Amino acid sequence: MVGPLLPVLNEVQSELGYIPEHAIPRIAAALNLSRAEVHGVVSFYHDYRTRPPGRRVVKVCRAEACQAMGGDALAAHVEARLGCAIGETRDDEVTVDAAYCFGNCACAPAVMIDGALHGRVTPARFDELVGAPAEEERS
Amino acid sequence: MTRVYVPRDAAARSVGADAVARALAADPRVQLVRNGSRGLLWLEPMIEVETAAGRVAYGPVAAADVPALLAAGLLDGGDHPLRLGLTEALPYLARQTRLTFARCGVIDPLDLDAYRAHGGMRGLAAAIALAPAEVVAQVTRSGLRGRGGAAFPAGVKWQTVLDTPAPQKYVVCNADEGDSGTFSDRMLMEGDPFVLIEGMIIAGLAVGATRGFIYLRSEYPDAARTLGEAIARAAAAGYLGDDVAGSGRAFHLELRIGAGSYVCGEETALLESLEGKRGVVRPRPPVPAVAGLLGAPTIVNNVGTLASVPVILDRGADAYAALGVGRSRGTIAFQLGGNVARGGLVEAPPGLTVRELVHDFGGGTASGRPVRAVQVGGPLGAYLPASALDVALDYEALAARGALLGHGGVVVFDDTVDMAKMARFALEFCAIESCGKCTPCRIGARRGVELVDQLVKSKRPADEAAVLRELCDTMTHASLCALGGMTAYPVESALRHFPEDFGL
Repeated sequence: MVGPLLPVLNEVQSELGYIPEHAIPRIAAALNLSRAEVHGVVSFYHDYRTRPPGRRVVKVCRAEACQAMGGDALAAHVEARLGCAIGETRDDEVTVDAAYCFGNCACAPAVMIDGALHGRVTPARFDELVGAPAEEERS
Repeated sequence: MTRVYVPRDAAARSVGADAVARALAADPRVQLVRNGSRGLLWLEPMIEVETAAGRVAYGPVAAADVPALLAAGLLDGGDHPLRLGLTEALPYLARQTRLTFARCGVIDPLDLDAYRAHGGMRGLAAAIALAPAEVVAQVTRSGLRGRGGAAFPAGVKWQTVLDTPAPQKYVVCNADEGDSGTFSDRMLMEGDPFVLIEGMIIAGLAVGATRGFIYLRSEYPDAARTLGEAIARAAAAGYLGDDVAGSGRAFHLELRIGAGSYVCGEETALLESLEGKRGVVRPRPPVPAVAGLLGAPTIVNNVGTLASVPVILDRGADAYAALGVGRSRGTIAFQLGGNVARGGLVEAPPGLTVRELVHDFGGGTASGRPVRAVQVGGPLGAYLPASALDVALDYEALAARGALLGHGGVVVFDDTVDMAKMARFALEFCAIESCGKCTPCRIGARRGVELVDQLVKSKRPADEAAVLRELCDTMTHASLCALGGMTAYPVESALRHFPEDFGL
């Protein structure tokens, strides 16, 4: 397999939600890499977490098209509503991250909640979305 | 049973298409088809009903509208306030030239029979019948240029790979559509994935590459699912594998998902990432066409570039080259987003002006306030003031105005925008996403953010602005890749056209 490290890390994170410290030597040994090489990759990519995320993960798009449609106010609302700043995890309950474009720029502003993308999100709509249980069907 | 189309495109789903589909599927008379999006994104979820007169569109439809729509005779194309008319006659679509996006929104994206019935795989058949060098010659003659942003002639790149002898060559699709304000690649991968696969197979046959990779950004989970399924179906149908469509030649295709890194959209960083390393930019030369993935000759092309290849082989290079202006040939998928009333995808020959796109197609701002600035070409693209919108959207015309077409994204801002803030954001984004390899980008972006902060508070703003311009100049000329090298575009254009926002 060409360059197996990213597929392996993606799989580990998808199973565990993060890349635990103790997984790094094992991944390195399996792929004949140094721990430094694996650590370097884990620390380079924004997606990889080294601590468990909260039960809910909210990603707020902070890029230009969303900014043009009230993205700043929405981001501030998300932080206040969830009691959690962008880039932080609160009480294992919720993680809020910035994202730079979901490709939903004509339905801005966009927010991703637990992997589901939402467009034309107003503060009121965001409150509805986080108040509702996660949508079951992902067709 | 009546066919009703409800898009499965991520943008449509983000505004409730799944709930609409569920509500419609509950009616036994409905045969539900989940198509891609037509690209009239302000009307999403836009559903279509197949009638004797053609497909009739309704939108934007909420799940709660479904009972009333059915009662109004939706299944016969009946009248209702949400009825838009015959889809093909909608002015937004009728004014476009859909070549690359001909099937997007028309068919079920995973229905290979529908793909073939709508002209799919004809380009591949033509390519199999030609000698590899002739396929490359067709691409060269079409004038196709890289749609990812750099606009490098695709034929020249392919010729280099063809001419470089090697035991193994690769085709890599850059599907790391990280530029904010762009979504055409996403729409195509979700709405017509087979056209990308077909384009990659043709590229492989043309240069003798037997393996291909699609490097897709992780922010596009829907595209990942659709592409993964499309690749499996194409393989099952004999289009991928050791014997492509009975040609006796091999092409294997693999989907890879990134991990959230903007700079991995830069082709050499992308190759590093595919090899399982940090996405750090490589110095050039050698170019990837000579020494790319694992040091082998590699075509690295954007989704839109590769997806334009089948139609070129099918209809001929001359038919494609007949469209456009100057050295900008064929069609370009423009993407209209941000504060715009009618955002969406507009495929047209280059030469359309920004004003036509923003006002005629887009209908001005969504907020109803005056347009103040338009950013063309993603986060590294220049800001144009409202007075400069008559510039044509072609590579050379924009370059002459100190702007660039990039990936064709156009983001509209109304008069509430603070352009000093946008300039600061461009630098902040560069600092966040810099791979760290070269100093002008790694350090320059951070110093740039500080300079904008000082500038807006300064009592001598002209002096601070001079330092900022000098920094931009250094970043432009001394950075290793386009990230550091083009961050100056939004910053300098904001300074030039909107000095009042900086206190100048």
